Amino acid sequence: MSFGGNVSEIQFATPQTVKEAVKCLAGAKGRAKVLAGGTDLLVQLRAGMVRPALIVDIKHIPELSAVKREDGGFRVGAAVSGAELGANKAFRKAWPGVLEGLELIGSTQIQGRASLGGNLCNGSPAADSVPGLIAAGATCKIAGPKGTREAKVEDVVAGPGKTTLKPGEFVVSFFLPKRPKHAGDAYLRMIPRTEMDIAVVGAAVSLEFDAKGVCTDARVSLGAVAPKALLVKAAGKALVGSKLDDDALEAMAAACRAACNPIDDKRGTIEYRTKVAGVLAKRAARIALERAQA
Amino acid sequence: MGNEENVGKIIDYSGRQFKQIGTRVVRPDGVEKVTGKANFGADFKANGMIYARTVRSPHAHAKIKKINVDKALKLKGVKAVVTGADFPEIDVNDKAVGEVVVSYYDMAHNTIARDKVYYDGHVVAAVAATSADIAEQAARLIEVEYEVLKPVMTAEAALKKNAPVLHKHLFTQGVEPKPDKPSNLAARSQFKLGDIEAGFGQADVVVERTYTTQTVHQGYIEPHACVASITADGMVNVWCSSQGQFMVRAYVAKICGIEISKVKVTPAEIGGGFGGKTVIYLEPLAVALAKKAGRPVKMVMTRDEVLRATGPTSGGSARVKLGAKRDGTIVAGDMELTYEAGAYPGSPVMLGCMTGFAPYDIKNINAVGWDVVVNRPKAAAYRAPGAPVAAFAVESAVDELAEQLGMDPLELRLKNAAVEGTQAPYGVKFGPIGYKETLEAAKNSPQWKAPLGPNQGRGIASGFWFNIGGTSSAEVMVNEDGTVIVATGNPDIGGSRASMALMAAEVLGIPYERIKPLVADTESVPYSMLTGGSRVTFATGKAVIEAAQDAVNDLRRRAAKIWDVDLEQVEWQDGQAVCIESDKHKPLTIANIAAKADKTGGAISGKANINATGAGPGFGTHICDVEVDPETGHVTVLRYTAIQDVGKAIHPSYVEGQLQGGAVQGIGWALNEEYVYSDDGRLLNTGFLDYRIPVASDLPMIDTVLVEVPNPGHPFGVRGVGETPIVPPLAAVANAVSHAIGKRCADLPLSPVRLLSIIDGK
Repeated sequence: MSFGGNVSEIQFATPQTVKEAVKCLAGAKGRAKVLAGGTDLLVQLRAGMVRPALIVDIKHIPELSAVKREDGGFRVGAAVSGAELGANKAFRKAWPGVLEGLELIGSTQIQGRASLGGNLCNGSPAADSVPGLIAAGATCKIAGPKGTREAKVEDVVAGPGKTTLKPGEFVVSFFLPKRPKHAGDAYLRMIPRTEMDIAVVGAAVSLEFDAKGVCTDARVSLGAVAPKALLVKAAGKALVGSKLDDDALEAMAAACRAACNPIDDKRGTIEYRTKVAGVLAKRAARIALERAQA
Repeated sequence: MGNEENVGKIIDYSGRQFKQIGTRVVRPDGVEKVTGKANFGADFKANGMIYARTVRSPHAHAKIKKINVDKALKLKGVKAVVTGADFPEIDVNDKAVGEVVVSYYDMAHNTIARDKVYYDGHVVAAVAATSADIAEQAARLIEVEYEVLKPVMTAEAALKKNAPVLHKHLFTQGVEPKPDKPSNLAARSQFKLGDIEAGFGQADVVVERTYTTQTVHQGYIEPHACVASITADGMVNVWCSSQGQFMVRAYVAKICGIEISKVKVTPAEIGGGFGGKTVIYLEPLAVALAKKAGRPVKMVMTRDEVLRATGPTSGGSARVKLGAKRDGTIVAGDMELTYEAGAYPGSPVMLGCMTGFAPYDIKNINAVGWDVVVNRPKAAAYRAPGAPVAAFAVESAVDELAEQLGMDPLELRLKNAAVEGTQAPYGVKFGPIGYKETLEAAKNSPQWKAPLGPNQGRGIASGFWFNIGGTSSAEVMVNEDGTVIVATGNPDIGGSRASMALMAAEVLGIPYERIKPLVADTESVPYSMLTGGSRVTFATGKAVIEAAQDAVNDLRRRAAKIWDVDLEQVEWQDGQAVCIESDKHKPLTIANIAAKADKTGGAISGKANINATGAGPGFGTHICDVEVDPETGHVTVLRYTAIQDVGKAIHPSYVEGQLQGGAVQGIGWALNEEYVYSDDGRLLNTGFLDYRIPVASDLPMIDTVLVEVPNPGHPFGVRGVGETPIVPPLAAVANAVSHAIGKRCADLPLSPVRLLSIIDGK
């Protein structure tokens, strides 16, 4: 198999600690790429789309592959695979919508490799796991030459294929907060097929309710309708204080449509993406409500 | 698939009792394929082999001003570079006229561009090096200077008054008088029956509409691959996957300017072709590179190359007008088809004209086809070439006509169905055919009666394909222990090894398991036409039957010799020679006779070289149920039944597989497959991610019903079956979606984006 005519020029590092990884990345001569599951990077290499001087495989760092409880929530290593996180029953109970997004990436085989960290840092506006993380209010721990910092997930991607990570920085783990009673989330995407595809539109909704069933907190995130996944605050606001009646849902959908800033491309049109963003957000909200009531 | 109940079942056919035909035996190539051990095109290795990559045009239409290969040749590990200048020039009028017209000039120029490139992905050079990686680097070092020309990407653009003309030597064929200027309009074809004006004059109801489809690819999973070597004295060896080793041999010889006797082609297993491997792309490049480098050269395409530069089949538009009397009798059919041929003439538009109305007994027909060149890859054959687009239009029009008449679409088809003796629009009068029987089977199918829910719709559509015969060879060799080898010259693309062995077993009267079917190289069996046209089980099968009968006669002669009786006294019964006039001779089994072969005249074999005539046409009817999401335009196929007159199913599982495969490809064509080009003519969806063939989860079980109306042109009643199944699905799906949303869908594919805009009335 050919690697785009450049494999002989690539250096490969397998650091065992976060510190070593930072050192490798910071010391790279030329462009460095972080390898987690590799489900995007290897494809890009083979297609000749990227020609890094250095690849740093972060899978061998224990912290990157661990799922732990933290402050009643979850700390998920950036390289934890979809198959592994999917097998974590407590996580599935707390954040089914986040898992829905992660588990939609690729096929069963790809699920053995694909990770939240890779999906986020690849920077695709259509990344399936990102809207769920944003709706969940997840943050991530970023390591770099100046130590570690926490950032909101919605602040990590800058635009298609671009992140706000500084040279030498990489994502170590994600933190998903504790879930109160009466909470639920969901992610839906639109693809022409039923699997093995890239979202034309994605919508994630995370909801919290009080004992009377009134929505107390709502976060709505859209994928594939703008240069990066969006947190649509107005959409969330439209639901807070309601019991998700049709008017509230339509107000939320309208806010979603208003927030859309998509492009026409081979996968969809501006018109289509805008309309379907509202449709999917409504459907995801209804599923999240059902889960909160369960 | 419910195999067990059919094993060993005896089936009546024309008074004949089959013992093995019609059973679901294990295919001889099955174990190697399911364990991943079988050798496909890319698996072959030769000693000292080097690797080659192509340089392809990024422009849809451009003049090549200069190619500089100096830097590439200087790269360490590079062994050879070829450009168009390394190949012999072929006369522009050098054509083979057979089933289809093959222009060797176009083929040579399509293999590697000379003065101009005609599509994104057109090969301009190839380079061989000691590793694929070095070859890739070297390919990037080859500098090509282009003068970029304006491309014409659609038939509409190509036919505009001031459109750039692709080929200076292209004058429209089939029009009088011959045009005095070249144009992008390659040819006109027409088929007529009766009096079209008078026909519409009798009509109470007329429907007319224009339908459009996009360029689609065959979507075979195995990319094109080959290894070529050449000896110091000029003997060429090619190993490759194709639909015909003799086809590859002839084309390589022609394009490289070598005698046929100096080219040997060994067929690999083939990972799908669907017509797309009835042409060659890499082999002449590999031969030329091997000649320069003095080493065997391997070439394997990437998926990107496959989609940009191989296949596809034509996108096209079809205007169809149907007229019927109030009672549903269709009295006139008018059709005008315009197909995009790609970079060189030869879209299958004529076949569309011939097939579209074929399922119906219509007395007045006019069908006109236009073949138009555009800056897309040259169309290659794709399963019933030309028929699906025409059938999409006609079968949609029949559906619309049924609505207008207030008739059930199945009953309307039954009322107008072609039967034995019906005059087909393309000239013949049909012999025994089973179209009506497929409609009756559809009517009786569980799906036709299943209830439909909200946002659901049901579509029915039929289809026709000629099926062909042609030149085939077979040799049946009896081994010393009485086992048998059956050698033919046709790549096994759909289970034909099993079918060949079953037919030989039936004639020889020995168990299927004792027969080894073999796909031989070009120097081990006489010439056979390629695997295509749904011809192999019919034509090569006929050759196998005749060769097996020849072997039986040889076996009878040997028995007569052993017993010292007249040949007439020896009959062949259940795999044994029996002496009919005397019971003093115990019957001799094939093993008994084989054991004494050297005492009765040497090796025992039979052979047949035939040009098979009497192919039986194939008719199919498909039913599709869908549910449409009215808010997203997403279509879910709920149920699907494919029904076809298959003549006689030699191996029912592989026949059912053909019906299912054709249906699935047609569903993909109808719903999501299409080439997407940028304004400047670059293909944007060059992988299976965005060129969306259906995945398993997109589909329900494709139910099948095999109708068996024997073809009198074949000793066992066989009709070709491989192509007909892709003809009905486009309209079956579109009719179902149209009913689900209450609007006629005339433009494919019905992708969510397009369908939502139809639903929303935009």
